[in-house]
Formats: sequence, structure tokens, C-alpha cells
Amino acid sequence: MTPLAGCLLVSSLLFAIGLAGALTRRNAILVLAGIELMLNAANLNFIAFWRFGPHPEFLTGLMFVIFSIAVAAAEAAVGLALILAIYRHARTSDVSEITEMKG
Amino acid sequence: MMPSVSPVWIVQNLWLIPALPMVAAGLCALLKRKERGLSAGLAIGSMAISLLLSLKAFAEALAHPAIQVKIVDWMQFGDQWIQLGWLLDPLAAVMLVMVTFVGLLIFIYSLGYMAHDDNFGRFFCFLSLFAGAMLGVVIANSLLLLFMCWEVVGLTSYLLIGFWFQRPAAAAAAKKAFITTRIGDLGLLIGMLWLYSQSGTLVFYNKGFGCLEQGALTAMATHATVAGMAVSTAIGLLIFCGAVGKSGQVPLHVWLPDAMEGPTPVSALIHAATMVAAGVYLIARVYPLMSGAALEVVAWVGAITALFAACIAVAQNDIKRILAYSTVSQLGYMMLGLGVGGVAVGMFHLITHAFFKALLFLGAGSVIHGCTEEQDIRNMGGLRKFLPVTFATYSAGMLALCGFPLFAGFWSKDAILHSARDWDLSRGPFYLGAIGALLTAFYMTRQMYYVFFGPQRLTEATITPRAVAKHVPHGNAVEPVVSPRPGEVCAIEDPHESPAVMTAPLAILAFFAIFLGFVGTPAWPWFQNFINGIGVAFAWSGFSEPGLLSTMLISTLIVFAGLLLGWWFYGRKPIVRVTDPDALETLAPPLFRALGNRLYVDEIYSVTVIALSRFLAVFASWLDRFVFGGLVRLVSWTVTGVSWLDAGVDRFVVNGGFDEGCREVSRGGRLLSRLQNGRVQTYLSVIAAALVVLALWLLWGHRG
Repeated sequence: MTPLAGCLLVSSLLFAIGLAGALTRRNAILVLAGIELMLNAANLNFIAFWRFGPHPEFLTGLMFVIFSIAVAAAEAAVGLALILAIYRHARTSDVSEITEMKG
Repeated sequence: MMPSVSPVWIVQNLWLIPALPMVAAGLCALLKRKERGLSAGLAIGSMAISLLLSLKAFAEALAHPAIQVKIVDWMQFGDQWIQLGWLLDPLAAVMLVMVTFVGLLIFIYSLGYMAHDDNFGRFFCFLSLFAGAMLGVVIANSLLLLFMCWEVVGLTSYLLIGFWFQRPAAAAAAKKAFITTRIGDLGLLIGMLWLYSQSGTLVFYNKGFGCLEQGALTAMATHATVAGMAVSTAIGLLIFCGAVGKSGQVPLHVWLPDAMEGPTPVSALIHAATMVAAGVYLIARVYPLMSGAALEVVAWVGAITALFAACIAVAQNDIKRILAYSTVSQLGYMMLGLGVGGVAVGMFHLITHAFFKALLFLGAGSVIHGCTEEQDIRNMGGLRKFLPVTFATYSAGMLALCGFPLFAGFWSKDAILHSARDWDLSRGPFYLGAIGALLTAFYMTRQMYYVFFGPQRLTEATITPRAVAKHVPHGNAVEPVVSPRPGEVCAIEDPHESPAVMTAPLAILAFFAIFLGFVGTPAWPWFQNFINGIGVAFAWSGFSEPGLLSTMLISTLIVFAGLLLGWWFYGRKPIVRVTDPDALETLAPPLFRALGNRLYVDEIYSVTVIALSRFLAVFASWLDRFVFGGLVRLVSWTVTGVSWLDAGVDRFVVNGGFDEGCREVSRGGRLLSRLQNGRVQTYLSVIAAALVVLALWLLWGHRG
């Protein structure tokens, strides 16, 4: 097994775990955590394809990942703020209970 | 006698003669009931003008005895024009003068007779309409026009017989007259249609193209139909059916005696002088069509009618009914005359009869009027003293009817008997006619003795009304003889003479009843020659025709025998009491009863023809109700069933299917809407599943 294949296997495992968490958890914070896992699996792929790709001398992959982490941090902050606001309003963070806007 | 289209004014405007009384009738119909004088004036005035025009037409016919015609187009059928028209020939001219003259006298007489009636105006309206239609029959140059006027005549006859329709008997008699004559008219109508299909025209004379002219006649005479009979004979016999109905010949004579329920002037005008003679006139008019075989039938029917009706007249007790049967009998003579002797012989008797029979009826009306509506001759008696003018004129009419020598009826009846005696085919009609003449003299003598001689029985009769007449138990016969006219008070009073307005026409008619015969004596046969369109000269040698004098002798003897027999039975011992039995009844009760019941002809009809038609009516009603009605009901039930079925299908199949479809759609919607539950996680699960499937598919595709 090549190092690239090993990296991809880990990243896809991480993505699957994150997806499962995002889809099955009821708690909004845990759903957000699942999403973070899937995002990091994608970052891992960036690194892996950069490091074992044809031009490792350019720092393109690293740059993408640093951007991605920054954006993810901002996104997590917004997501947590939303969850806090919803919690204050509905007194719960269970996503299946927040059905006010359902038609 | 080549017909020609004449430019003469009177021929061009001959239509005015029937039109004037018709217009008068129309105006009378519009007048208020209380305008009595005006309506009578209109009727009489129009009749007088018609008489003047008729005299002018008569003068024209005297000057030019050829047939003069005027044809007018009436309406178009496809490429053919139906033509109507009128004609003037001696036959029509004589009839015109007779109808207008007798009609005028009867109109004037009606002024007196109907003076107390509420519906005076209606009476004159109907009389005028009748006169117009009758004159139309006379001048018609088309069988179609003749038929139309003929039917109007029938209608007015119906209206006038039923003039006092409050009386059930009058209403029934009117219906009977109308229906009975309709039976004959059916034959006439069929004959007319056949004639049209054979000759293509119904115009009598039209410059060689009419249906009574040589071309059409030859075609019809050579064309044979069933049993080798020529078409013209068959058509002639069918037309004769109409004449049988109208002129009261056996077997359709039953309506005429009942028609006496109408007012007496009506009986005189319509049912004695003019309308019933229309049948005779019709045969005279279509005479060229009548071949030997058809004339044979005419002669026999006439002879049988002459005797048959005379027999019945012997045993009647109603003064008008005796005259009615005598009319039937005399019409039989006219038919006999047409059959054996030709147009002139029949028409001569028609004209003389019109005068003396109108006289007799008006005299009878005067008697009835004088006796306050009494009509039973047994209740009269001795009226000679009370009604001298009526008695004198009535005697003249009676002698003319009997054929007393030198009176009008003598000459005309003698001509008929003479022709019948000379008839090649059979002597039968002559014997029938001769016996009829004997009976005529007998029953008229009987009537005279009952009415005018002996003691006066009227007062007795009014005080003790006769029990229901036992001779004539049949319906409307004599039973309620004393039936007060509506709107008139019936008071017990002595018989009285009628006013001058009634006796003057009697006197004029009596004059003609005595002297009219002299226009057609064997020595000076002006009338016959005029009808036949030839000149005339006076010659005593006319009497020397073989067999003529002996016939005259025979008929004179017959008349005297009849008068003597009448005297023997009724004059020898005066009839004193109302309840005295009839002399003939004591002699032969069953015979008298049978004759009194009119030989049961009505009864025979009621058990045969009427029963049959009633059975047919019941059968038709049954057929209608159950068979055709059943079919209709079946169809309606089928339709109802189909519609029920349709409604069921609609309700349960179509509607159900539609509802089911709707439910399915809505269920599908609900099912689909469950997918869209608003939970992001669910949506994402689907996406994830799709992603997995997509990844597997890609991997599968690149596995090798």
C-alpha cells in the first residue's frame, strides 16, 4: 500500500465518521462537530495529494489547508453562535425538536 | 253547345250572386244581438239583389242558351294550377231563379215566424250563409268549388237543424244529419279525387279541356276498371253517393225526417225546397259522366225511395214529419226522372216541387204557429175555419203534390212516370212510382182531414195531454210534441191565423204551385227544351206522343183513387176525439205500427251499423289503450330502466373511479410529502446514500 493510499484511507474513514455523526446526532453541537470532522478529512486529502503529488516543492496544498482551517474556524464560530441563539430561544439544542418553521 | 268564354257582364260577375248573401251573413254575425231589424234587412236585401241578378242571368241564358264559363286560377300545385270557375247555362239559370225566389219568400216568412225568437239575428245569419253556399253550388263550374259550397251547405244545415240546440232532440237530429250526409260525401270526395286523377282537372267546361267534355269523357268511358265497369261509371256512382246522402235517398234517408226539429222556415227552405234538391242538381250537372249503368242505379234507387218513403208517410202523426217523408219520396221521383228521362225531366219536378213543398212547409209552419207549437195532427182538427188563408194555400200545395190534374205536380210527375213507362230496361220503376203516387194522394188526404176538417180538438188536447204516443215510441219522434220553444210563452188559446207577412208568401207560392206546371206541358214543353237548349213552339200534337195520354189517364186515376181512399178512411166519419184510433190502425194494427216506426230503419241501423261502429270504437280504444299504449309504456319503461342503469354506472363506476383516482393521488401526495419532513438530516441522508451509490457505481465501472 502506497503512503498516498494510506492517507486517503484514513481521510475517507474520517469523512465517514464525520458524516455519520452529522447525520445521526440529535444534538446540534455534535452535528457541528461531525461537520468539522468531514472538513478535516478534506484537509487531509489536500495535504496528501500535495505531498505525494507531482510538485511537492510548491506550497500550494499547505496554503489551501491553512485557508480552509481559518474559514472552518470562522464557520464554527458562526455555527456555535447560531446554536446558542437557538438554544436561548427554544431552550433546547436538539435539532429534531426545532420545527417552528416547518410548513 | 260549344262552351265559350263570354265577355257578358253578368257572366263575368256571376260570383256576386252567391257572394252577396255570404257577405250579408258575415255582417250579421258581427252585429249585436239586439240589432234584429238590421240583420233581417241585410239578409233580405242581399237576397233581393241576388234575385235581380239571377233574373238578369236568366235573361242572358234565354238569349244565349249555350254554356258560358268563367275560369279563375286559384292556387298552384307544382306546375299545375287548381282552377275554379262559374258557369251559366239554362240549368244553372233556372236553379238560380228558383233558389233566390223561394229563398226570398221564406226569408220574408221568417220575419213573422221567428218574430218571438231571441236569436233572430243568428237565424238570419245562418239562412244567408246557407243561401250563399247553395247559390255557389248552383253556379260552380268546378267539382271542387261545388264540393266546397256543398260542405258549407251541409254545415248550415247542421247549424239550422240544431238552431234550438237547447232541445236534446234538435241537437241529436243535427248531429245525425251531419254524420249521415258525411257518409255520402265520403263517396263524393273519393269520386272527385278519382275524377281528378283520371282527367287531370275538376273544371266541368273549359273550352274542350273540362272533365265533362268530350275528350275526358271518351278517355274515361273506354278505360275499364274492376268487373269491366268503365271508370266514368264508377266515378258517377261515387258522386251519386254524395247525392244519396244529401237528397235523402234510401238508405241514407234517415236524417231528413229528424231534420224537422229545426225551425219550420228552415225545413221549408233547406230540407224541402233547395238543399236536398242539391243532390239531384249534382247528378244533373255531372249528367254527361253518368253512363247507362250508373243511370240505371240512379233510377232504381230513386224509385225505391219514392215508394219506401211514401209508405212510411202514411202512418206518421207529426205534421212536419209527414211532409218530410213526402219530400224524401218526391226526391226519389226526381232521381227516377233523372235516371229514366234525362236532366230536363228530373229538373222539372225539382223546380215544381221546390215551390209546392216550400208552400206546404210554410203552411205547416203557419198551422204550428197558429196552434201554439202543436205539431201532432191528431191534436188539431177543424182548422179550416180558423186559418182560412192557410187552408186555401195548403190545399193548393197538397193538390200539386198529389199530382191533381193541371196542378204543377201533375205535369212534372207525369213526365217522370211517362219516361219510366217507356224505359227500355224494366217496368219496375214505373210500378214503384205509380204505387208511390197512390200513397202520396192517400197520406196527403189523411193529413188534410186530420188538420183542417172535423171538430176542433186542440183545446181538448191541451187540457188532457195525450199519454205517450204508443205508435212512435222511438226517441225524438212524436213523444213531446208540445215542446214550447225557448223564450216563448205557451198559452192555451184558440187557433189563430198568421200575420200577413207569413200569409203573403203562402199566396205567392200557391200561385206557382197551381200554374208553374204550364211551362212544361207536353203541348208547350218550354222548360224541357230550354234546359236542353232548343227552341220551342206551341203544338197540341205534343199530346199525341204514343203512350202519353194513357199514362196521364193512369196517373189521374191513381190520384183520384188515392184521394178517394183517403176520404173513405178519414173523411167519411169525422175524427172527433184526440184518442180516436187511426182508421188504418184499426184495419191493420201490425202494419200501421211498423210504418209508424218508420219500418224500423233506425232500429236496424242502431243494431247493425251503429253497433258495428261502436264495437270498432271499443276495439280501437282497447287497441289504443293496451297494445299501442303498452308499446309506449314498454318504451318508456325501457328508457327509464336504461337511465337508471346509466345513473348507477355514473354514480358508482365513473364517480367511484374518479374518486378513487383522486384518493390515490392524494395518498401519493401524502406519501411524497412524508419525504419532505423539513429535517435537514433526512435530506442529507438521502444525499449521502446517493453519494455512496455513486461512489460504488464509479468504483464498479473502474474496477478493471
